[in-house]
Amino acid sequence: MPAVFLVARMAGGVGGSEAPPPPAAPAESPTAAERLEIPPPPFSEGIFPCSSCHADLKVNRERRPLTQMHDDVQLRHDEQHRWCLDCHDATNRDRLHLASGELVPFEQSYLLCGQCHGEKLRDWRAGVHGRRTGYWNGPKRYLLCAHCHNPHQPRFRALPPKPAPQRPERPKETIGWLP
Amino acid sequence: MASVRQDPEDAGAPSRREFVSCAAAAAAGFLLTACGPKRLVEMPKERLRAALREMERQYSEAYGTAVTVADTKALPGVQFAYALDLSRCIGCRRCVYACVEENNQSRDPQIHWIRVHAMEKEKGVDFSHSDPYYDPKEVPQEGRFYVPVACQQCENPPCVKVCPVGATWKEEDGIVVIDYDWCIGCRYCMAACPYGARHFNWAEPTIPKGELNPSTHYLGNRPRRKGVVEKCTFCIQRSRAGRYPACVEVCPVGARKFGNLLDPESEIRYIIERKRVLVLKEDLGTVPRFFYFYAT
Amino acid sequence: MSTARLFARFTTGSLQLVLSGNSTYWAWIAFLLALIASGSLAYVHQVQAGLGVTAMRDPVSWGFYIGNFTFLVGVAAAAVVLVIPAYVYDWKPIRQIVVYGELLAVSAIVMCLLFVLVDIGRPERFWHLLPPVGHLNFPTSLLAWDVLVLNVYFVLNFAVVTHILYRAFSGRPYVKGVVVPLVLVSIPMAVGIHTVTAFLYNGLAARPYWNASILAPQFLASAFCSGPAILLILLQLLRRFTRFEISDEAIWKIAELMAYAMFFNLFLHGVEAFKEYYSATEHLLYTRYWYQGLGEHRAMVPYAWSAVALNVAAFLLFIVPAARRHWVTLNLGCLAIYAGVYIEKGMGLIIPGLTPDPLGEIYEYYPTLVELRVAAGVFSVGFLVFTLMLKVAVPIALGEFRVDREAGVDDLDRLSPASRRATAPA
Repeated sequence: MPAVFLVARMAGGVGGSEAPPPPAAPAESPTAAERLEIPPPPFSEGIFPCSSCHADLKVNRERRPLTQMHDDVQLRHDEQHRWCLDCHDATNRDRLHLASGELVPFEQSYLLCGQCHGEKLRDWRAGVHGRRTGYWNGPKRYLLCAHCHNPHQPRFRALPPKPAPQRPERPKETIGWLP
Repeated sequence: MASVRQDPEDAGAPSRREFVSCAAAAAAGFLLTACGPKRLVEMPKERLRAALREMERQYSEAYGTAVTVADTKALPGVQFAYALDLSRCIGCRRCVYACVEENNQSRDPQIHWIRVHAMEKEKGVDFSHSDPYYDPKEVPQEGRFYVPVACQQCENPPCVKVCPVGATWKEEDGIVVIDYDWCIGCRYCMAACPYGARHFNWAEPTIPKGELNPSTHYLGNRPRRKGVVEKCTFCIQRSRAGRYPACVEVCPVGARKFGNLLDPESEIRYIIERKRVLVLKEDLGTVPRFFYFYAT
Repeated sequence: MSTARLFARFTTGSLQLVLSGNSTYWAWIAFLLALIASGSLAYVHQVQAGLGVTAMRDPVSWGFYIGNFTFLVGVAAAAVVLVIPAYVYDWKPIRQIVVYGELLAVSAIVMCLLFVLVDIGRPERFWHLLPPVGHLNFPTSLLAWDVLVLNVYFVLNFAVVTHILYRAFSGRPYVKGVVVPLVLVSIPMAVGIHTVTAFLYNGLAARPYWNASILAPQFLASAFCSGPAILLILLQLLRRFTRFEISDEAIWKIAELMAYAMFFNLFLHGVEAFKEYYSATEHLLYTRYWYQGLGEHRAMVPYAWSAVALNVAAFLLFIVPAARRHWVTLNLGCLAIYAGVYIEKGMGLIIPGLTPDPLGEIYEYYPTLVELRVAAGVFSVGFLVFTLMLKVAVPIALGEFRVDREAGVDDLDRLSPASRRATAPA
């Protein structure tokens, strides 16, 4: 599940041994057209392509809590007003859909997020929102929104902080006889 | 040139050798100066290269690993600046420790170039009521925000003004650097800095074997000795190679931004032109290159 | 020919003087040497282990050593208190003792330079300060100015006083055309060294406690009231133990001048306190730390009020003529003024200036044993230098140590009878 994956990544990272960001997607990916070098979406193990199950399943558009599958997804992202099929496309589960009905691949999920979070999308494109690695005078590496924010529960979990600095202390008093 | 500690575990170094090496260093200093300029930055290229090779040899011997000391000059058309998003920082201190590892700071006595101050949202930015020693189970804490502080690389650096021997100066790309072999350790610069950004080696610094970062720059993260001052250099060894400073890369919430002020496409220009930006202690006229902003 | 022999006579004679003395003298020398030995051992320990053996840390990066340095620059400047009336007003009684004031200035500068040397982190790099071998950041750095003016002042005083004494030794008058201009120059120089030292602190915008225009005048006031205190005690001792003569008038006059300087010092402190407490900006924190403490951080408070009490007491003792003229109260006043200014200008200047630090942190500093030992050693070096110079200078001034002109111009091997008596082994 994305949630576990993300929290584990966040909590585990430390200093210079921080896990490097995943490698960028190949040049033919949809984002390449926008000249954004972005790693592949952080799918849970084996979950994609969704159509491998959903191609054979009947589409049920009724809003309901899921019980048979995907019941581990706790939606806490404007769940008063939306549910799964407001972002996931009902007919093609390998795609997300925008408000206009236009389908977008998971590699461009930022377009979906940007519908509501427009300023964040603008800042993200400029490199101001989100973690930045790479070269300041060369190719910039971007991450998808989903690499840091679980789309189902986007709020960041609190982290344990690294140790506080030591307070400056007087030295132990010595006679200091000997050189 | 300063002699290098032979082995970090050799705590009880004999005083006679130290005395002799210090006396020899003083005598050598006199002789050296008879042959021309003295500060590393004033040396002609070949002498500097030779000096750096000697440094590499000494460091490699002392730490048992191949250490390189670069002398990369400032890139033309580059003026570095830094921006920190106060609406994002959660006070996790990963930047502090990434910096310690990247820049070979002493573990014991402990030196941190970055200090994160927890403040109350009700009080706003107020250092006299801030807490750099917070240690809760999780951050961010309710009602608090976090302000990391390191060297602001000022345009009018008070530290550069007061150094009696000219051991610290501002480079063309904006980074304020220190010549660790010229600094006499008078600590006047520490009294002059309004941001508490300069740190002194009160004892011989220790870096555990295996934790040394061997890619160094002679004005940046090469291992220092006791009795000299050090501070953040915007990771000069990385930034002059086109890379982001270690703190920028490690920040898990992307609160830190860095780039070239002269590049209109850079994040730093975007921030200054569009976001609400502030600097610390603006009334002192230091004109820092380090901006704080609120992205939301 | 004769110059070399004269100088050789002077050297051997001085050595004889220095090596002859009664048991009190030798006890004093032994005491000083013991403290110097202790200080040297402590200093070696400090050089080996690093400055971390002191209590200084990043938040309070200057402490006892620099506090002592600041106080002693004031003492060195105070020689001018005597020079002004002596030469400018040609007031004879004080003239006799100006030489001792200059010797005190020389000893004080020696101590100042030593305190700076023991404070820096890489003492073997001190030559980085000396042009042309080093690089002195003049005129931008105030520390560079300080190095320059302190050394010039030292050379000036040393040159004048050795010239006068050597001339007296060789039975010739000193060259007025050389001495008087140099001495007149030393007046603004004395003001200059202490102003430059004040600017050292004053120019730091990062330290609001110091960044006050009042600092330079206050330094001068506290210097002029405390420096001569040592001299007053010394003069009374000389009067008691040697043939040295000095009129009571001269002593009382000096004490009176010190009283006025102390009044000005107290006034400036009061004025500063008003500004801080009335405006009550955040900068009040530093003054509050000194006089009241901040929260549970109250280490400096006893020192603050002791300094105030000592200064006020000294002022009263000196301003009241009857108290000034009574030897007990005069000397009590000298001790009080010295101690009071020592506290307020040493720790009382440095520590509140650095506490809280620029990011609000409070680290309470007070010196460690190592620092106290090193400082005692430096003071002992200064006192030793002063003692040895006096051991030669006093006999010269009294005419007991000089060549015998009556014995013929070539007969420079013979000291005058009085000198022979004075230099005979005890």
